[in-house]
Amino acid sequence: MMRFAIPLAIFLALAAMLGMGLQRDPRNLPSALLEQPAPEIDRPILGQLDPPGRRLMLKDMQGQIWLLNVWASWCAPCRQELPTLQAMSQRDGVPVYGLNYKDQPEKALALLRVAGNPYVSSAIDIDGRVGLDFGIQGVPETFVIDARGIVRMRHLGPVTPEIWRDKLMPAIKALR
Amino acid sequence: MTCSKTRSLLSLLSRLRRLCRLAGPLLLVTAAMLVPAAGVMARPSLDEREASLASQLRCVVCQNQTVAESRAPIAQDMRQQIREQLSKGSTDEQVVAFFEQRYGAFVRYNPPWKPSTWLLWLSPFLIALGGLWVLRRNLPGTPSDTLTSEERKRAQQWLEAGQEDHRS
Repeated sequence: MMRFAIPLAIFLALAAMLGMGLQRDPRNLPSALLEQPAPEIDRPILGQLDPPGRRLMLKDMQGQIWLLNVWASWCAPCRQELPTLQAMSQRDGVPVYGLNYKDQPEKALALLRVAGNPYVSSAIDIDGRVGLDFGIQGVPETFVIDARGIVRMRHLGPVTPEIWRDKLMPAIKALR
Repeated sequence: MTCSKTRSLLSLLSRLRRLCRLAGPLLLVTAAMLVPAAGVMARPSLDEREASLASQLRCVVCQNQTVAESRAPIAQDMRQQIREQLSKGSTDEQVVAFFEQRYGAFVRYNPPWKPSTWLLWLSPFLIALGGLWVLRRNLPGTPSDTLTSEERKRAQQWLEAGQEDHRS
Protein backbone atom coordinates (compact mmCIF):
# COMPACT_ATOMS: atom_id res chain seq x y z
CA MET A 1 0.00 0.00 0.00
CA MET A 2 2.70 2.50 1.09
CA ARG A 3 4.71 1.44 -1.94
CA PHE A 4 2.22 3.23 -4.17
CA ALA A 5 0.99 5.89 -1.78
CA ILE A 6 4.28 7.79 -1.57
CA PRO A 7 5.00 8.04 -5.32
CA LEU A 8 1.34 8.87 -5.90
CA ALA A 9 1.49 11.64 -3.31
CA ILE A 10 4.68 13.02 -4.89
CA PHE A 11 3.09 12.89 -8.32
CA LEU A 12 -0.08 14.65 -7.14
CA ALA A 13 1.88 17.35 -5.33
CA LEU A 14 4.02 17.95 -8.41
CA ALA A 15 0.97 18.00 -10.70
CA ALA A 16 -0.76 20.51 -8.41
CA MET A 17 2.31 22.74 -8.34
CA LEU A 18 2.78 22.64 -12.11
CA GLY A 19 -0.96 23.19 -12.61
CA MET A 20 -0.79 26.27 -10.44
CA GLY A 21 2.23 27.43 -12.41
CA LEU A 22 0.24 27.18 -15.63
CA GLN A 23 -2.43 29.51 -14.25
CA ARG A 24 0.09 32.26 -13.66
CA ASP A 25 0.90 34.85 -16.29
CA PRO A 26 4.66 34.74 -16.87
CA ARG A 27 4.59 38.35 -18.08
CA ASN A 28 3.18 39.57 -14.82
CA LEU A 29 6.48 40.21 -13.10
CA PRO A 30 6.87 42.56 -10.18
CA SER A 31 8.53 45.74 -11.32
CA ALA A 32 12.13 46.08 -10.19
CA LEU A 33 11.25 49.71 -9.39
CA LEU A 34 8.67 48.91 -6.71
CA GLU A 35 9.35 50.90 -3.54
CA GLN A 36 12.24 52.59 -5.38
CA PRO A 37 12.44 56.25 -6.43
CA ALA A 38 11.03 56.81 -9.91
CA PRO A 39 13.71 57.54 -12.51
CA GLU A 40 13.94 61.12 -13.80
CA ILE A 41 11.88 61.80 -16.93
CA ASP A 42 13.38 65.06 -18.25
CA ARG A 43 11.77 64.98 -21.69
CA PRO A 44 9.99 67.66 -23.75
CA ILE A 45 6.27 67.97 -23.28
CA LEU A 46 3.87 66.95 -26.03
CA GLY A 47 1.65 69.62 -27.56
CA GLN A 48 1.63 73.33 -28.16
CA LEU A 49 -0.17 74.39 -25.02
CA ASP A 50 2.96 74.41 -22.94
CA PRO A 51 5.63 77.00 -23.68
CA PRO A 52 8.26 75.45 -25.94
CA GLY A 53 11.34 74.21 -24.22
CA ARG A 54 9.52 73.06 -21.12
CA ARG A 55 10.38 69.57 -20.00
CA LEU A 56 8.54 67.16 -17.77
CA MET A 57 10.52 66.72 -14.56
CA LEU A 58 9.77 64.60 -11.51
CA LYS A 59 9.89 67.64 -9.22
CA ASP A 60 6.81 69.03 -11.05
CA MET A 61 4.76 66.19 -9.58
CA GLN A 62 6.22 66.22 -6.09
CA GLY A 63 3.77 66.39 -3.22
CA GLN A 64 0.94 64.59 -4.98
CA ILE A 65 0.04 61.01 -5.73
CA TRP A 66 0.03 60.64 -9.49
CA LEU A 67 -0.12 58.07 -12.26
CA LEU A 68 2.40 57.69 -15.04
CA ASN A 69 0.73 56.10 -18.05
CA VAL A 70 3.03 54.83 -20.81
CA TRP A 71 1.22 55.07 -24.12
CA ALA A 72 1.60 55.37 -27.90
CA SER A 73 -0.73 56.05 -30.79
CA TRP A 74 0.37 52.82 -32.48
CA CYS A 75 -0.83 50.73 -29.55
CA ALA A 76 -4.46 49.64 -29.83
CA PRO A 77 -5.09 48.93 -26.11
CA CYS A 78 -3.79 52.44 -25.34
CA ARG A 79 -6.47 53.94 -27.55
CA GLN A 80 -9.08 51.93 -25.68
CA GLU A 81 -7.96 53.01 -22.22
CA LEU A 82 -7.85 56.75 -22.98
CA PRO A 83 -11.57 57.42 -22.30
CA THR A 84 -11.47 55.31 -19.13
CA LEU A 85 -8.39 57.14 -17.85
CA GLN A 86 -9.99 60.50 -18.61
CA ALA A 87 -13.32 59.75 -16.93
CA MET A 88 -11.87 57.99 -13.87
CA SER A 89 -9.06 60.44 -13.18
CA GLN A 90 -11.47 63.38 -13.38
CA ARG A 91 -14.02 61.68 -11.15
CA ASP A 92 -11.50 60.67 -8.47
CA GLY A 93 -9.18 63.64 -8.81
CA VAL A 94 -6.03 61.68 -9.63
CA PRO A 95 -3.56 63.46 -11.93
CA VAL A 96 -2.38 61.28 -14.81
CA TYR A 97 0.83 62.12 -16.62
CA GLY A 98 1.71 60.42 -19.87
CA LEU A 99 4.90 59.02 -21.31
CA ASN A 100 4.46 59.00 -25.07
CA TYR A 101 6.66 56.01 -25.87
CA LYS A 102 8.43 55.70 -29.27
CA ASP A 103 5.74 57.59 -31.09
CA GLN A 104 5.50 60.44 -33.57
CA PRO A 105 4.31 63.57 -31.74
CA GLU A 106 1.91 64.56 -34.58
CA LYS A 107 0.23 61.15 -34.50
CA ALA A 108 0.08 61.21 -30.71
CA LEU A 109 -1.56 64.66 -30.71
CA ALA A 110 -4.00 63.60 -33.40
CA LEU A 111 -5.08 60.63 -31.30
CA LEU A 112 -5.59 62.78 -28.20
CA ARG A 113 -7.77 65.17 -30.24
CA VAL A 114 -10.02 62.29 -31.36
CA ALA A 115 -10.07 60.08 -28.25
CA GLY A 116 -9.82 62.73 -25.54
CA ASN A 117 -6.83 63.75 -23.47
CA PRO A 118 -6.60 62.29 -19.95
CA TYR A 119 -3.14 63.69 -19.29
CA VAL A 120 -2.10 66.75 -17.34
CA SER A 121 0.87 66.57 -19.70
CA SER A 122 2.75 63.94 -21.65
CA ALA A 123 6.49 63.60 -22.02
CA ILE A 124 7.86 62.70 -25.44
CA ASP A 125 10.08 59.63 -25.25
CA ILE A 126 10.99 59.13 -28.90
CA ASP A 127 14.00 56.87 -28.37
CA GLY A 128 12.35 54.88 -25.58
CA ARG A 129 15.15 55.63 -23.17
CA VAL A 130 12.88 56.79 -20.34
CA GLY A 131 10.74 53.71 -20.94
CA LEU A 132 13.85 51.60 -20.50
CA ASP A 133 14.69 53.42 -17.26
CA PHE A 134 11.22 52.56 -16.01
CA GLY A 135 11.79 48.94 -17.01
CA ILE A 136 8.70 48.77 -19.20
CA GLN A 137 7.89 45.52 -20.99
CA GLY A 138 5.29 46.91 -23.34
CA VAL A 139 2.66 49.56 -23.70
CA PRO A 140 0.36 50.40 -22.03
CA GLU A 141 1.75 50.34 -18.52
CA THR A 142 0.66 52.44 -15.57
CA PHE A 143 2.71 53.34 -12.50
CA VAL A 144 1.34 54.67 -9.22
CA ILE A 145 3.86 57.13 -7.78
CA ASP A 146 3.55 58.68 -4.35
CA ALA A 147 4.14 62.22 -3.11
CA ARG A 148 7.83 61.51 -2.48
CA GLY A 149 8.36 60.13 -5.97
CA ILE A 150 8.46 56.45 -4.92
CA VAL A 151 6.96 53.89 -7.33
CA ARG A 152 4.21 52.07 -5.41
CA MET A 153 2.52 49.96 -8.07
CA ARG A 154 2.86 48.96 -11.68
CA HIS A 155 -0.05 47.76 -13.79
CA LEU A 156 0.66 45.95 -17.08
CA GLY A 157 -1.88 46.29 -19.86
CA PRO A 158 -4.81 48.65 -20.38
CA VAL A 159 -6.67 50.27 -17.50
CA THR A 160 -10.33 49.24 -17.49
CA PRO A 161 -12.97 50.64 -15.10
CA GLU A 162 -12.62 47.38 -13.12
CA ILE A 163 -8.85 47.69 -12.87
CA TRP A 164 -9.26 51.30 -11.78
CA ARG A 165 -11.82 50.39 -9.13
CA ASP A 166 -10.22 47.20 -7.80
CA LYS A 167 -6.50 47.77 -8.22
CA LEU A 168 -5.40 51.35 -8.78
CA MET A 169 -7.86 53.24 -6.57
CA PRO A 170 -7.33 51.04 -3.47
CA ALA A 171 -3.57 51.61 -3.80
CA ILE A 172 -4.04 55.36 -4.21
CA LYS A 173 -6.49 55.54 -1.28
CA ALA A 174 -4.03 53.65 0.91
CA LEU A 175 -1.42 56.29 0.12
CA ARG A 176 -3.66 59.27 0.78
CA MET B 1 91.72 6.08 -23.56
CA THR B 2 88.45 4.71 -22.29
CA CYS B 3 88.85 6.77 -19.20
CA SER B 4 89.10 10.03 -21.12
CA LYS B 5 86.14 9.00 -23.21
CA THR B 6 83.96 8.50 -20.18
CA ARG B 7 85.26 11.75 -18.75
CA SER B 8 84.28 13.71 -21.85
CA LEU B 9 80.91 11.98 -21.82
CA LEU B 10 80.45 12.96 -18.21
CA SER B 11 81.37 16.56 -18.87
CA LEU B 12 78.94 16.65 -21.79
CA LEU B 13 76.23 15.29 -19.54
CA SER B 14 76.92 17.88 -16.86
CA ARG B 15 76.89 20.62 -19.47
CA LEU B 16 73.55 19.37 -20.72
CA ARG B 17 72.26 19.31 -17.19
CA ARG B 18 73.37 22.90 -16.68
CA LEU B 19 71.71 23.88 -19.91
CA CYS B 20 68.50 22.29 -18.74
CA ARG B 21 68.75 24.07 -15.42
CA LEU B 22 69.11 27.34 -17.29
CA ALA B 23 66.49 26.52 -19.90
CA GLY B 24 63.84 25.76 -17.30
CA PRO B 25 63.60 29.30 -15.90
CA LEU B 26 64.15 30.69 -19.37
CA LEU B 27 61.14 28.75 -20.61
CA LEU B 28 59.09 29.99 -17.70
CA VAL B 29 60.08 33.57 -18.39
CA THR B 30 59.16 33.35 -22.05
CA ALA B 31 55.88 31.70 -21.13
CA ALA B 32 55.18 34.47 -18.65
CA MET B 33 55.92 37.02 -21.36
CA LEU B 34 53.57 35.24 -23.71
CA VAL B 35 50.62 35.29 -21.31
CA PRO B 36 49.96 39.04 -21.31
CA ALA B 37 50.66 39.13 -25.04
CA ALA B 38 48.03 36.44 -25.58
CA GLY B 39 45.75 38.40 -23.26
CA VAL B 40 46.04 41.50 -25.42
CA MET B 41 45.42 39.54 -28.56
CA ALA B 42 42.46 37.68 -27.10
CA ARG B 43 40.77 40.77 -25.62
CA PRO B 44 37.32 40.68 -27.18
CA SER B 45 36.27 43.51 -29.44
CA LEU B 46 33.26 45.71 -28.69
CA ASP B 47 31.17 43.67 -31.13
CA GLU B 48 32.09 40.42 -29.42
CA ARG B 49 31.34 41.82 -26.00
CA GLU B 50 28.01 43.19 -27.21
CA ALA B 51 27.09 39.82 -28.70
CA SER B 52 28.12 37.97 -25.58
CA LEU B 53 26.14 40.32 -23.31
CA ALA B 54 23.12 40.18 -25.60
CA SER B 55 23.12 36.40 -25.28
CA GLN B 56 23.24 36.64 -21.47
CA LEU B 57 20.26 38.94 -21.15
CA ARG B 58 16.62 38.04 -21.50
CA CYS B 59 14.27 39.82 -23.87
CA VAL B 60 11.59 41.12 -21.51
CA VAL B 61 8.77 40.87 -24.05
CA CYS B 62 9.50 37.46 -25.59
CA GLN B 63 10.68 35.90 -22.40
CA ASN B 64 12.07 32.65 -23.73
CA GLN B 65 14.50 34.40 -26.02
CA THR B 66 17.70 36.20 -25.28
CA VAL B 67 18.19 39.80 -26.38
CA ALA B 68 20.52 38.47 -29.08
CA GLU B 69 17.90 36.13 -30.57
CA SER B 70 14.89 38.39 -30.35
CA ARG B 71 13.62 40.61 -33.12
CA ALA B 72 11.29 42.53 -30.83
CA PRO B 73 11.76 46.32 -30.91
CA ILE B 74 12.55 46.40 -27.20
CA ALA B 75 15.35 43.87 -27.72
CA GLN B 76 16.77 46.17 -30.40
CA ASP B 77 16.66 49.00 -27.88
CA MET B 78 18.42 46.83 -25.36
CA ARG B 79 21.17 45.92 -27.84
CA GLN B 80 21.57 49.60 -28.66
CA GLN B 81 21.80 50.36 -24.96
CA ILE B 82 24.43 47.63 -24.44
CA ARG B 83 26.50 49.15 -27.24
CA GLU B 84 26.19 52.67 -25.85
CA GLN B 85 27.19 51.56 -22.38
CA LEU B 86 30.17 49.59 -23.66
CA SER B 87 31.43 52.43 -25.82
CA LYS B 88 31.17 54.70 -22.78
CA GLY B 89 33.63 52.35 -21.11
CA SER B 90 31.34 50.30 -18.87
CA THR B 91 32.46 46.83 -17.89
CA ASP B 92 30.32 43.82 -18.75
CA GLU B 93 29.24 43.58 -15.11
CA GLN B 94 28.15 47.22 -15.10
CA VAL B 95 26.01 46.66 -18.19
CA VAL B 96 24.31 43.64 -16.62
CA ALA B 97 23.78 45.65 -13.42
CA PHE B 98 22.23 48.48 -15.48
CA PHE B 99 19.56 46.12 -16.81
CA GLU B 100 19.12 44.30 -13.54
CA GLN B 101 18.36 47.57 -11.79
CA ARG B 102 15.56 48.25 -14.28
CA TYR B 103 14.16 44.80 -14.92
CA GLY B 104 15.20 42.76 -11.87
CA ALA B 105 17.26 39.58 -11.70
CA PHE B 106 14.83 38.02 -14.18
CA VAL B 107 16.61 39.83 -16.99
CA ARG B 108 19.65 37.59 -16.60
CA TYR B 109 19.24 34.50 -18.72
CA ASN B 110 21.48 32.61 -16.27
CA PRO B 111 20.18 33.03 -12.74
CA PRO B 112 22.93 34.24 -10.40
CA TRP B 113 24.06 32.14 -7.42
CA LYS B 114 22.39 33.74 -4.39
CA PRO B 115 20.28 32.58 -1.45
CA SER B 116 16.99 32.81 -3.34
CA THR B 117 18.34 30.67 -6.21
CA TRP B 118 20.23 28.08 -4.16
CA LEU B 119 17.31 25.67 -4.33
CA LEU B 120 17.06 26.19 -8.09
CA TRP B 121 20.72 25.37 -8.68
CA LEU B 122 20.92 22.55 -6.14
CA SER B 123 17.63 20.80 -6.92
CA PRO B 124 19.08 18.48 -9.62
CA PHE B 125 21.72 17.24 -7.21
CA LEU B 126 19.24 16.92 -4.37
CA ILE B 127 16.89 14.90 -6.57
CA ALA B 128 19.77 12.67 -7.72
CA LEU B 129 20.83 12.11 -4.11
CA GLY B 130 17.25 11.31 -3.15
CA GLY B 131 17.04 8.82 -6.02
CA LEU B 132 20.26 7.13 -4.92
CA TRP B 133 18.91 6.86 -1.39
CA VAL B 134 15.65 5.27 -2.58
CA LEU B 135 17.63 2.93 -4.84
CA ARG B 136 19.89 1.87 -1.99
CA ARG B 137 16.92 1.23 0.27
CA ASN B 138 15.11 -0.88 -2.29
CA LEU B 139 18.11 -2.84 -3.52
CA PRO B 140 17.85 -6.58 -2.77
CA GLY B 141 20.46 -8.05 -0.45
CA THR B 142 19.91 -5.67 2.39
CA PRO B 143 17.01 -7.21 4.29
CA SER B 144 16.10 -5.56 7.51
CA ASP B 145 17.10 -7.67 10.47
CA THR B 146 14.10 -6.85 12.62
CA LEU B 147 10.71 -8.35 11.93
CA THR B 148 7.61 -6.25 11.73
CA SER B 149 4.78 -7.27 14.03
CA GLU B 150 2.93 -8.68 11.03
CA GLU B 151 5.90 -10.83 10.00
CA ARG B 152 6.32 -11.97 13.58
CA LYS B 153 2.67 -13.02 13.71
CA ARG B 154 3.00 -14.96 10.45
CA ALA B 155 6.16 -16.67 11.64
CA GLN B 156 4.37 -17.60 14.86
CA GLN B 157 1.50 -19.06 12.85
CA TRP B 158 3.90 -21.14 10.73
CA LEU B 159 5.67 -22.40 13.80
CA GLU B 160 2.43 -23.36 15.49
CA ALA B 161 1.12 -25.03 12.33
CA GLY B 162 4.37 -27.01 12.06
CA GLN B 163 4.07 -28.20 15.62
CA GLU B 164 0.51 -29.34 14.98
CA ASP B 165 1.66 -31.24 11.87
CA HIS B 166 4.39 -32.84 13.88
CA ARG B 167 1.98 -33.94 16.60
CA SER B 168 -0.57 -35.48 14.28
